[in-house]
This record gives sequence, structure tokens and C-alpha cells, in this order.
Amino acid sequence: MANEVKLYGATRSPFVCRAVIALNLKGIKYELVVEDLSNKSADLIKYNPVYKKVPVLVHNGNPISESLVILEYIDEVWNGVPILPQDAYEKAQARFWAKFMDDKCFPAVFKAVISHGEEQAVAEAQEALQFLENELKVKGSKFFGGDNINLVDITATFVAFWIGAVEEALGIELLPKDKFPKLTEWSDNYVNCQAVKDSLPPRENLVAIYKKRFGKA
Amino acid sequence: MLCVYIRHISPSIHHLSLMGSMSNKSEIRLLGTTASPYVNRVQFALNLKSIEYEYVQEDLKAGKSELLLTSNPVHKKVPVLLHADKPPICESQIIVEYLDEIRPDLYQLLPSLSLDRANSRFWATYIDTKFFPLYEELRRTTKKAGQDAIKEEMIDATQLLEEAFIKSSNGKAYFGGDRVGYLDVILGCFLRWIKHVDELNDFNTFDEVRVPELAKWANNIWSHEALESVAPGKETLVYFFGLIHVYRPPYQ
Repeated sequence: MANEVKLYGATRSPFVCRAVIALNLKGIKYELVVEDLSNKSADLIKYNPVYKKVPVLVHNGNPISESLVILEYIDEVWNGVPILPQDAYEKAQARFWAKFMDDKCFPAVFKAVISHGEEQAVAEAQEALQFLENELKVKGSKFFGGDNINLVDITATFVAFWIGAVEEALGIELLPKDKFPKLTEWSDNYVNCQAVKDSLPPRENLVAIYKKRFGKA
Repeated sequence: MLCVYIRHISPSIHHLSLMGSMSNKSEIRLLGTTASPYVNRVQFALNLKSIEYEYVQEDLKAGKSELLLTSNPVHKKVPVLLHADKPPICESQIIVEYLDEIRPDLYQLLPSLSLDRANSRFWATYIDTKFFPLYEELRRTTKKAGQDAIKEEMIDATQLLEEAFIKSSNGKAYFGGDRVGYLDVILGCFLRWIKHVDELNDFNTFDEVRVPELAKWANNIWSHEALESVAPGKETLVYFFGLIHVYRPPYQ
């Protein structure tokens, strides 16, 4: 059977975007199955019965769920541009930061968003993001992955692109340039990478969605 | 780069790092507390792989360790793995994968096929983010209605794990098939803690009728020598629970 790759997703999702970036980075041909998250398809529920969420990668009929699990799978199965470092120790550090982002940063940012930028929530989000800022400072490189993007950069797509859209939609400030000079610089560089550019949804679409979903009534 | 979590215990880590470069006595050092299932998880893996290591016990009564208990939940601070003179590695799942990668020749824990590895990682994430947190929730919930709701969630979760076990084990005794593998380690480390919470709450997670295969599996893993040798005894668990009750008390 030829390599059949499908990605079940929704363009608004930063988690789906991670998978899209990885697929584009490796030059993998795939079919995007766009899901209406308010009316999930029978296929999605069949392929991800535990969470019923996107993204789900289906490779030759085999489903893989959870964005970070998908990234590792793509890196293992397809050669080309590497997503994870080769060195075991560097790999562990990359996984640590990716996990930190999903365990701490994303929930804190989400809380700040749904509270419409409430002071305490924003402070906690910035506290979490400060760790990323420091990591970039310590590394002193263009990307978390060094000269090229890696698992950590891809996991941080929501920081580079989604935070800006949400800031505009809600009129709040989460990542001010003066407090986060490194992350700001990193974001600019990151969204200009070809594979990332090819994968991001139009910003105005996101802004419109967030205005509607999280904006004050 | 210092692991963010070990910020609070950095003085002792720094000291250990210095010690490492002076004497090569132990290539691998594990910082932990006996009752932590996440520490047990790493020990289980180290034992299966027959990797020698030095265990450094965090003293729960010492001043610095109170920091460990009062910030993020204690089980998220340890374990910390120190390998030679490298900066620390944190997060038990990440440590276990690291061990598998530096010594693939010694008892491979993760399966070989990419699809099976993805499946293992998926369920490991489920166990850590959805399943085990229920036990902390139950510990901290005092009202009966709340407790009953959590128990319902536990029943649903174990049902999912039962199905996952049946698929993964392929008729054999372990998630890893014929022998203990990654998921056996990921879930197995929680058994004693789970049993303790069960007993305090009139519940039986691995009930023979509800989840017959998991119940059999739990019995096998409980007495596996690689785990039994490091798992906490009843007294240690009770003591540890007492401490946690103070630092992360029940919800009001």
C-alpha cells in the first residue's frame, strides 16, 4: 500500500498547526480533513475515541493522536529535516521544554485569555513564559533548536502566532516586547521560516474567531 | 541549563555535580523520595535495565525539602537524574526514555515499531494527565457527592486502560507482551499509592469483575522484583500522606 497520510484538523488549532508544520518540514504529501469541531465526524470519533480531538494523524489507516506524540512519530518514520535532536541528552531537554509548554505555559495563557486579561492570570502566564525567555537567553541562539527549528520551536507555535492574534482580538497585552525581547525576536524569526509560513492560518481569521469567542459581549 | 523545577533544590544539585566530576564513583545518580511513584518509576526502569545508580534521598524533614513540598506538587519535583557531569534531567517519563536511548542494548523498554511507540507514548500521557491526577483529586475531596463523581471517572478511566491493555498485551501478561515494557513501568509505579487511596476511600481500582485483565496484571506487577525492591512500605506511605495532607490539604 502506498504511503497514505491524512491529517484530521481544524485551521484555528495551534495543536493541529504543529502537525502541519512537521509534515511540511519533511515534505510529506498528505490530505487535510477539515473538521467542524462543533459537529465532529464519525471518522474522528473512530480514530480518537479517548479524546475526540484534533489533530489526528492517520498513516496507512493507523491513527495517532496527541500533537507531541504525532511529532515524534513523524520524526521517526520520515527522514529529512530532523525535528528532534540526535543526542539523547539534547533530546531529553527538548522533550522537557515541549512538555513544560503544554503543562504550564499553554494552560496559563489560556486562563489569561478566558479571563479577558485579568491581572493575576496575566501575571501567571508571564511567569511561565519567562522560563522560555530565559531559555532563549541562555542558549543565545536564533531558535530553541539552535540554528534551525526543532520540536521545541514547533511546540511553541502558539506563542509565536496565536498569542499575537489573541492580544489583538481582546485588546490585552500578554507578551510585551520590553519584557520579552528574546521571545519577540524569536517569534519574528520563527513565523518567517518557510515551513511555518506555509502552515499558519491567516491571522485575520484567528482574530475574528477570537473576537467572537472570547470578546466581551 | 538548570531544570526549572530544581531551582528550589539547586544547592544540593550543584554540590552533587561537583562531587561527580571529582570522583567517578557513580555515573548515574537519582534524586528522589521513597514514597514518590514517579521516583519509583525511574527506579523500576533502572532495575529492569540493570543500570547501576546511586540513590540520593531527599530528606523530607530538612529545610530545603519543605520548598519541594510547598511549591508544585512534590511528585513533580523529584525524580531528578544526574548523569556524569551533565545538568539534571527532570520528568520521569523523559528520564525513562533517556535511559532507553543511552542503553538500548540493556533491556529495551519502548517497543521497536514506531506505531507501537506512539501508542505507548499516547497512553503514558493519558495515565499521567488524566488517570493518576484523579487520585490526588480524590484525596483532597471531602464531600461524598464529589468523591462519588471522581470514582465514576476512575471507573471510566480503568475501562479505557483495560481495553488498552488487551490490545497492547496481545494475550500475554504485560502491556509489553511477554515481558515488562514501557507502559508496565509507567502504570505499575502507581500501584501502591493507588491501593492506599483505594483503602482510604472504600474503592477498588483494579476490581476483578470490572477490569479482570488489569486486575491480573496488577497482581503480576505488584510483586515484580524490579519494582518491589524499591516500592514504599505501608508505614512510609502513611507518613508521606500525612505530610502531603498538610502541604496540599483537602479542598474546603
